[in-house]
Amino acid sequence: MTGQVLQDKKATKTVLTEKKPGAELLLDALEEQGVEVIFGYPGGAVLPIYDAIFKRNTIRHVMVRHEQGAVHAAEGYARSTGKVGVVLVTSGPGATNAVTGLADALLDSIPVVCITGQVARALIGTDAFQECDTIGITRSCTKHNYLVESPQKLPTLVHEAFHIARNGRPGPVLIDIPKDVQFEEAHYTPRDEARKRNCIVLPEIRDTQIETAVDLMRQARRPVFYTGGGVINAGPVASETLRALARDTGFPVTSTLMGLGAFPASDPQWLGMLGMHGSVEANSVMHDCDVMIAIGARFDDRITGRLDAFSPNSRKIHIDIDRSSINKNVRIDLGIVGDAGAIMEALLAEWRKREAQEKSDRDRIRAWWTQIGKWRATKSFCYDASDQFIKPQYAIERLYQLTRDKDVYVTTEVGQHQMWAAQYFHFDDPNRWMTSGGLGTMGYGLPAALGVQAAHPDALVIDIAGDASVQMTMQEMSTAVQHDLPIKIFIVNNAYLGMVRQWQELLHGGRYSHSYSDSLPDFVKLAEAYGGVGLRATKPQELDAKIEEMISVNKPVLFDCVVTQEENVFPMIPSGAAHNEMLLGGTVTGDEISDAGKALV
Amino acid sequence: MHSKTQSQSVYPVTPDEGAAAEAILAVIVDNEPGVLSRVVGMISARGYNIESLTVAETDVEKHTSRITVVTNGTPAKIEQIKAQLGRLVPVRRVIDVTAETEALERELALVKVVSSGDQRVEAMRLADIFRARALDATQTSFVFEVTGTREKINAFIELMKPLGLTETSRTGVLSIRRGVESD
Repeated sequence: MTGQVLQDKKATKTVLTEKKPGAELLLDALEEQGVEVIFGYPGGAVLPIYDAIFKRNTIRHVMVRHEQGAVHAAEGYARSTGKVGVVLVTSGPGATNAVTGLADALLDSIPVVCITGQVARALIGTDAFQECDTIGITRSCTKHNYLVESPQKLPTLVHEAFHIARNGRPGPVLIDIPKDVQFEEAHYTPRDEARKRNCIVLPEIRDTQIETAVDLMRQARRPVFYTGGGVINAGPVASETLRALARDTGFPVTSTLMGLGAFPASDPQWLGMLGMHGSVEANSVMHDCDVMIAIGARFDDRITGRLDAFSPNSRKIHIDIDRSSINKNVRIDLGIVGDAGAIMEALLAEWRKREAQEKSDRDRIRAWWTQIGKWRATKSFCYDASDQFIKPQYAIERLYQLTRDKDVYVTTEVGQHQMWAAQYFHFDDPNRWMTSGGLGTMGYGLPAALGVQAAHPDALVIDIAGDASVQMTMQEMSTAVQHDLPIKIFIVNNAYLGMVRQWQELLHGGRYSHSYSDSLPDFVKLAEAYGGVGLRATKPQELDAKIEEMISVNKPVLFDCVVTQEENVFPMIPSGAAHNEMLLGGTVTGDEISDAGKALV
Repeated sequence: MHSKTQSQSVYPVTPDEGAAAEAILAVIVDNEPGVLSRVVGMISARGYNIESLTVAETDVEKHTSRITVVTNGTPAKIEQIKAQLGRLVPVRRVIDVTAETEALERELALVKVVSSGDQRVEAMRLADIFRARALDATQTSFVFEVTGTREKINAFIELMKPLGLTETSRTGVLSIRRGVESD
């Protein structure tokens, strides 16, 4: 009886939906997926879609100034909300400009759906105006992509694209829609009736693996949690579970650049970030540990340094949603494939069960904490203070202190300022820190901040930028002004491509080949030219007041923070070196990197 | 400077250790546009070898194709290739035919031999031994069809070289599991 009713209902539903043009079907599908905002740029091959947006006015559209900016904005939106970011760009150059953003989202596992226009089906392959092989070009920088062959298939593909983007290891999915498909009419397919390909299959959590992991953890004398962006991607609950797991076990926690905020920086068990510019205590713990529990991290080369000297005496447990991450770079003893949150919960339950049966000996890790205390005493983030000039580290420290009580989100560009931001700006919550980790995309932070601000209109959104990076996507200032997105762009201005200069100093005999930012614009005037607010600080004494002013302005701000030029990021694990061979500030002579290391970048 | 400490890991091999060996992977994929490019593109982008590759739709109802890839690498490398293939959305299953199953392997080759006199007689005699069929013959040439394992086909081609071999065309390896079970 019920079955009959259901069937009838379904039948009526299909009959009742009228035929609509592909462009309308697309918007129906986006609305059903809960899309609030699209970041995009119009052009010939997406005009029908823009027409549909104009007519219904249900989804906010933020028009950027370059398609790369649209994808980064969508990434910023996605990373600060946990939702899928949506991009809409035209064919040809619109699509190729989006490629950098897609590659960035792929390497950082950010859920993005990118809709591109394509020339009409009959013109595909004829070298038509603004035609390019979007599917071919983006195949290796998306998680998946589609060329839509007919309007009938369009709604289903959109639903599947969202499913793929957000589930499993998240990533960018591209949908290429020929212009005539946008005009041609078809029936809509609702989300629950759409085909869902069984493409994201996570294995069941195996009790034996959890038990083995807890066995190792209970015997560990020198344990460490090494966490990454996967914990953030697993949602805020996963971060809570991580905190509970750390509290119950008493183990120290370090994190990759991508994972900052999953564990509170204010917690006494926090070691700071690890890796090339991580803290001495984090990297030393990684090197000397006997049990490493890697959660949602992928043993990237910036983390491991010299592979054959990476944590030589540890048993390694690796929890990751992507089976290919396990044993890719580093041999793992126990690989557990699945959602970081679910597996940490299983670990926690098992840990608590076993503790209830028989308390583990807390003293066994006491010596480890004593050792950690000694490493911490090196105070590896120390720098020489100055009352003459603003030190970049000081600038970030002040920015952090003066925004502590605010609802603050931070994005960055790529380079020295990015590392200083990671070292001196501290996060107690996930989804507050947006940086280009895998691809290292200069120009990421400004547009990403737009996406964050669009999602959190009342929050304080700061792009910690460098003078070189910020110029790569500077035109998005115009977007910020147009759409009332009062982002704060805090430029750590050392008039250099700082990280390039640092490497030239260490690797290439101080020959600063093309790394000086000559002819920098006057950032204050530039801000004003865009209709924003420009501020400049050159002395430590005026820094606080200027930062306060920046915070209080309800407009986009370009803050030109003029810092000392020759400062380097320390500590540093030189290329080709092991974790326990870190360079500290003030100890560098230039011979630290072997010839073999120089080739490693 | 770097003292190499003995690893306590239960897997003492680093990823590149272990002898490189050949592997035959069967990749069952949704038959949709571009799927072969995805598989081939991933393999070449990550620097893996392809020794041969064959593809055709094998289940019309389910719309699936079977791609057979012959590759080689250390056990860790093969594991990585399998995992990376598994990430591709249209890939349903990846079966390491060499490691996981007792499998049959076959390849077909077409071999053109141009010769006369004794050489021609000898080519025909050897073809007989290899159970190769002459598909086409002229006064001075044969086209042989030979099927078998790669070793057998390689041997046949080697033997034909001095006897006037001018051209070969090979299908690449096909494989299927022995017994009642299927992939």
